[in-house]
Amino acid sequence: MAIDFPRIPLGDWIEGGLNWLTTEYSGVTRGISRITQTGIDGLNDALMWLPDWSLLVIIVGLCWWLANVRLAIGAVAGLALIWDLGLWDPMIETLTLVVIATLVAVVIALPVGIAAALSERLYKTIMPILDFMQTMPAFVYLIPAIPFFGIGSVSAIFATVIFSMPPAIRFTTLGIRQVPTELVEAADAYGATRGQKLFKVQLPLSLPTVMAGINQTIMLALSMVVIAAMIGADGLGSEVWRAIQRLRPGDGFEAGIAVVILAMLLDRLTQSLRKKGKA
Amino acid sequence: MSDNRNVKIRVRNLSKVFGSQPKKALELRDQGLKRPEILDKTGQTLGLSNIDFDVYEGELLVIMGLSGSGKSTLIRCLNRLIEPTEGEIVIDGQNIPSLKEKELLECRRRHFSMVFQNFALFPHRTVQENAEFGLEIRGVDAAERRETARNALKQVGLDGWENALPRQLSGGMQQRVGLARALANDASVLLMDEAFSALDPLIRGDMQQELLQLQHRMKKTTVFITHDLDEALSIGDRIVLLKDGEVVQIGTPEEILTKPADDYVRRFIEGVDKSRILSAESAMRKVRSTVRDTDGPRTALRKMRDHTLDSIYILDRDRRLIGLIDADAASQALEDGKETVTEVMTQDFRKVTRDEPLHNLFAMFSENRFPIAVVDDDQVLQGVVVKGAVLDELAQAGDH
Ligand SMILES: Nc1ncnc2c1ncn2[C@@H]1O[C@H](COP(=O)(O)OP(=O)(O)OP(=O)(O)O)[C@@H](O)[C@H]1O
Ligand SMILES: [Mg+2]
Repeated sequence: MAIDFPRIPLGDWIEGGLNWLTTEYSGVTRGISRITQTGIDGLNDALMWLPDWSLLVIIVGLCWWLANVRLAIGAVAGLALIWDLGLWDPMIETLTLVVIATLVAVVIALPVGIAAALSERLYKTIMPILDFMQTMPAFVYLIPAIPFFGIGSVSAIFATVIFSMPPAIRFTTLGIRQVPTELVEAADAYGATRGQKLFKVQLPLSLPTVMAGINQTIMLALSMVVIAAMIGADGLGSEVWRAIQRLRPGDGFEAGIAVVILAMLLDRLTQSLRKKGKA
Repeated sequence: MSDNRNVKIRVRNLSKVFGSQPKKALELRDQGLKRPEILDKTGQTLGLSNIDFDVYEGELLVIMGLSGSGKSTLIRCLNRLIEPTEGEIVIDGQNIPSLKEKELLECRRRHFSMVFQNFALFPHRTVQENAEFGLEIRGVDAAERRETARNALKQVGLDGWENALPRQLSGGMQQRVGLARALANDASVLLMDEAFSALDPLIRGDMQQELLQLQHRMKKTTVFITHDLDEALSIGDRIVLLKDGEVVQIGTPEEILTKPADDYVRRFIEGVDKSRILSAESAMRKVRSTVRDTDGPRTALRKMRDHTLDSIYILDRDRRLIGLIDADAASQALEDGKETVTEVMTQDFRKVTRDEPLHNLFAMFSENRFPIAVVDDDQVLQGVVVKGAVLDELAQAGDH
């Protein structure tokens, strides 16, 4: 006879907690929801309002300026393919979600990362939380997002921010901690305040590392935004999702290739931004 | 002799324990235990123990000791880059360990500039911006700090390099930038932690000379750390010798060399003690001017003035050394209407032969203020040894 261990109702507790949060803070969540939705709509409308060709020119120009001609040529080819496949509008929707999620993630991650670098105690508290955030399967974040923010893009942003933020925090902390102690000591020796030390020495010297973190955040955000189609986010992800439901692998791959092209463009762009910062 | 000099920094009873139970470590120290035993018993490192010394206004004080003796800890306690565990550090009436955070920043800005062993230049700033750093921190306006930094760079011979980045410069030049950053700041004390140790020997010698010149010109109170006795001897006005976090001896280079406080110091200076094989000849200089026994005090005075001498040797017609007269005695003789210098000359100076061991000369210098004459067996004057030359000779000998 098996010993009858009582099952720990972990799931019930978490659900209870989430329920409590959604009812207690419904005002807050609704506020966040409204602001985020406005941001998404605004950026989306702006990008949609631009004629397709002019957006293409802007992106290609950016590639040329920040990186090189090769990336610019690649961008022309890739974007033309997306346009030709009729995936331009979903691509814009995805880009919008990625940009907003990344912005929110970075705005939260920078101060947290800096604080964790400067305080040993905070560092020790935050690192396990980051491990947790990163190893938890991405889908799981989608579930609490719905009671908080309902089905749709805001929930997608919420889940994406949580999922993609850890590298930005981690790299910011790492970057600041990697600044040679003797340089920090030199700043101290000349009587620098904490703020002067941070802005004149620590941040400028950790910039390349911080940028590497932001690059990873963007990549994670892109992958999550695609998954978030499951809870009603528009964009390339929902094209994939529809293809799955209708069992049309061709459509699915077309949308998938568009995601890959977008990913490569964003990656190369942010990397060259980083190199530019270093030089 | 040093009593009438102004004390710039007074350090009393300074101790530093690295670890979480400093009280326990200090208790054991008070029971007479030394650093290794304290480390064994408590796991605490006694970095510094009961350090007492003064830094005089305008002097170049060298803190010397082997690796691990606590030099870096000591210099960092002065501006509290390391928090002292106990003790007093008083600069211009302020006790640094008891300053609040804001006062400490103010104190660092006003009193301390620092030069680091590995330069610690900011790689993202140009040479000019590096030199401006201290002023920028103090909120000096852009035009003024540009001007000041530019002057400092000129002083260390780096004009024309303002817009270079540190990594484009050689080690010696980088440390000049470090020095310029310190000088531009115009703080009242210059702290240098093994500032020249990372440089190769030739550059290092140059930098030492330049530092000496700057220091003589600006009379900047300087605390200079080195583990190298030769460096200490050649630049220090006084030397504080550390061992295992304690002061073993404080004194001028001569005092350290001639009256080592204990066996440790004796062993320490052995490496330099080439004086046992060096002789008076190696430190001997040409005599700039002499007078004859038949000359009068007026001639002696004129020759001393022309050759910037404080005293002058008197020779007979065979160039044999028969005496010495100093400027005071000569003026007195002139007033008294004396005919020849021989009437007032003195014999109270030291004479040696060329092969006299150099280390013997130290003792002579401490007993007698006149230069030492070098003569041959027939008492014919060969040359003269002045105090500085002996030290120079020893310092150079240490390099071989
Ligand atoms: N942060 C620290 N924690 C623990 N022990 C330390 C710390 N800093 C220095 N010590 C110890 O204190 C002693 C003195 O170190 P310090 O760096 O002052 O020596 P030093 O004379 O400057 O040596 P070096 O010539 O190698 O630079 C050493 O035993 C060192 O191990
Ligand atoms: Mg050291």
